[in-house]
Amino acid sequence: MSRAVEGRTRRARDLTTALAGLVALGLAFAGGYLFLKADAGPERLMTWLYRRIGLEGQADAIASRGFDPLAAKLMVAVVAMLLGVGGIWGVYLATNRLVDQFPDRTARALRPWVFVGPAVVMLGFYLVFPAVGTLVRALKDDGGVIENLKFVFTEPDVLSAWRNNVLWIVVGTAGSVLIGLAFATLVDRVKREALAKTFVFLPLAISMVGAAVIWRFVYYWRPAGEEQIGLLNGVFAALGREPTPFLQTPVLNTLSLIVVMIWLQTGFAMVVLSAAIKAVPTELLEAARIDGASEPQTFMRVVLPSIRGAVLTVATTILIAILKVFDIVFVTTGGRFDSDVIANRMFQEMIRFRNFGRASMLAVALLLVVVPVMVINVRNLRKQGIGA
Amino acid sequence: MRRLTPLVLVVAFAVVVGACADGSSTTTRAPSDTTTATTAGETTTSGATETTAAPTTTEAVATGPYEFLDRAKAGEFAGTEVEILAQWIDAEAANFQASLQPFIDATGIDVNFEGITDYETVLRTRVDGGNAPDLAQIAQPGLMQSLASEGNLVDLSGWFNLDQLSQDYIASFVDLATYEGSVYGVYFKGDLKSIVWYPVEAFASAGYQIPNTWDELIALSDQIVADGNGSPWCVSMEHGDVSGWVATDWIEDVLLRTAPPETYDAWVNHEIAFDDPAVLNAAGLVGEVWFADGYVFGGTDAINGTWVGDTQTPMFDAAGPKCWMHKQAAWIPEFWPEGTQAGVDSSFFYFPPIDADYGSPVLGGGDMFVMFDDRPEVRATLEYLATAEAAKGWIDAGGFVSPNQSVPLDWYSTYPNDALAEILAGASTFRFDASDTMPAAVGQGSFWAGMIDWVAANGGGTEEVFAEIEASWPAS
Repeated sequence: MSRAVEGRTRRARDLTTALAGLVALGLAFAGGYLFLKADAGPERLMTWLYRRIGLEGQADAIASRGFDPLAAKLMVAVVAMLLGVGGIWGVYLATNRLVDQFPDRTARALRPWVFVGPAVVMLGFYLVFPAVGTLVRALKDDGGVIENLKFVFTEPDVLSAWRNNVLWIVVGTAGSVLIGLAFATLVDRVKREALAKTFVFLPLAISMVGAAVIWRFVYYWRPAGEEQIGLLNGVFAALGREPTPFLQTPVLNTLSLIVVMIWLQTGFAMVVLSAAIKAVPTELLEAARIDGASEPQTFMRVVLPSIRGAVLTVATTILIAILKVFDIVFVTTGGRFDSDVIANRMFQEMIRFRNFGRASMLAVALLLVVVPVMVINVRNLRKQGIGA
Repeated sequence: MRRLTPLVLVVAFAVVVGACADGSSTTTRAPSDTTTATTAGETTTSGATETTAAPTTTEAVATGPYEFLDRAKAGEFAGTEVEILAQWIDAEAANFQASLQPFIDATGIDVNFEGITDYETVLRTRVDGGNAPDLAQIAQPGLMQSLASEGNLVDLSGWFNLDQLSQDYIASFVDLATYEGSVYGVYFKGDLKSIVWYPVEAFASAGYQIPNTWDELIALSDQIVADGNGSPWCVSMEHGDVSGWVATDWIEDVLLRTAPPETYDAWVNHEIAFDDPAVLNAAGLVGEVWFADGYVFGGTDAINGTWVGDTQTPMFDAAGPKCWMHKQAAWIPEFWPEGTQAGVDSSFFYFPPIDADYGSPVLGGGDMFVMFDDRPEVRATLEYLATAEAAKGWIDAGGFVSPNQSVPLDWYSTYPNDALAEILAGASTFRFDASDTMPAAVGQGSFWAGMIDWVAANGGGTEEVFAEIEASWPAS
């Protein structure tokens, strides 16, 4: 047998296995889908298995009395995981084998696409497709594009939400970055640095909703003369001051909520900036000191310029998080008392009032505002060599 | 060949799983698809009868008007699950559970009831996400209509004994659950909103009389202020994403007392403007109470800031009532501080008429159940909720009026049910909560939001607030 013929048969065999693999995968997914969709799938699997191995008694027991719900759920989880992990593995294996069939040069050109392909398809399906759908709704639903634009940019309630968003961005971002920077600088000289950092960092581990619930109690208000169960008004009462309805007084409520966000985000700013400060070369600092620079001067002229990139990254990251703020407002005031923000308004329009066009237009507007910030953020990350 | 093993495993797995899902094996639980596909009346659990020792001999169970309920009581759906979602929490949830318990005990159906806050948002999200409960409580006919128009609800026509339903319920309760000629809901709970709670003993010892007219009500309020006895009124309306409904109740109740019922109906159906002079007049009268100096405990900040369930708490202060009158439906005692008792610590009087021309109207509300998934056990549960039997548990717990007229009157012999029945009997007109019947964008949207703004502005700019709500009425 010549080598060429041998190569061809091997190739043919590989092709068959690869195709068979793909078909098998398809079957597995179809089977798995039916299994997960069907009522009492796990029961069926177990009864079938028991019957196969001859344990009729066991099979009957499950058939008549059903299955322990926990066991059933576990089994569904296992099947889903097998399909998920095993399936992805299988897809890569089989498609890779398929690519092998092509001549070397084509294969080399094709392979990256095969590996990136599934991710691109997923992203397209879960990100691009909904984004396009949102755009179409914004242009067509609820009286059309003109009406929706008018709503987003002239409706008094929405304008107040935009105003609040600006307040959030300015005060929230500046607050988080400045306090984070101050902490990072000061903590750099403290003996128990790690411990001090942990305390500032801890809130970051709390979910937005959790934080909002906690702070709602901090701000809780009861009429004067009643027992104050809110922390702040409790303190006010102890000092003999009138209780303040923090969450109901416009502007004060938005500022109070921004404090929650700062409390959450300062830890993140501190950690990143602290790392950046430590990366400032000691020689540079020593040189500045030898030249007679005071501490504030060293900080302003040497440290700050060195960590400019990190500050920008932190600021843009926090800014994006703040632009999307929803949970804190939803849980505490629900947007009442002029404390609404765009994301909450969007949610209300969609879920409560079923105005999909208006909600979509708000989403599009928010997206357009976020994009430039994202661009700055990504560019800056690239400049620093983080990410690719 | 070694590199092939994963593929072999995948193939084997596919065969096993496929075999299990194709439905050839015998199990008790038929896939939901097959049970719903068969038409009403011939559903039998497929293939189960041979393997299970179902007590098919006990067939002689009394038959009632509802087919699926009878079959459920015969044990046919034992072991199945039904999920119910409602906005009742705490004591109300316990009371509803008490109403459900006899059904659970009699049928073996596992009814999972969950009461949650931020109810409408959660329900909406779950329905949109394809994760609707089997049955859900709905307080607003407007919400039922929008759910029905989107095709989310199960139509009762065809399988539900609607003759029995119209026999047990007055026509308007059936009408409120009807959308485009089809019935989608069953009313379970009624609410009487035109009542005012007051502290019985303190009232007597202060020498206050129960007011029978609006003027007497205002005079009494002034007297309480003049006596230095605190605030005459407990008013507050903070209630998460449904905040604002207390104000709409007040305005509706006053409107019914200052305008003919036809005006009220025209207002609900938007045949007159939302900011019609009659409505502005009613709002003005409400404002006379809400925004008068010293009238409301805690002022407007408390109206917007205190949770509805806590509104009346200051009335039970150890040092004597800090506020004396609270207009709220009969369920409010569930939220009073521990150790207080309805009828003893606080009782209620009828919210007095204003204009004698319009008699003694009563404003009410109610909760219906709608169905999202058509399975026999869900049908049985809904049928149960339409019976007088289902109301028993909650009636015994108190503060419950069933819209079901077949409920024997002697069940209501205890307080406060007897007093409520008396007010109902004396009513010259009965109207359903207007905001609940308006389109959701107004009734649960701009109307509530407008009321919050109105209170925050201390009752200022009434005309602007109502004009803004008028502008928000959906075009169609």
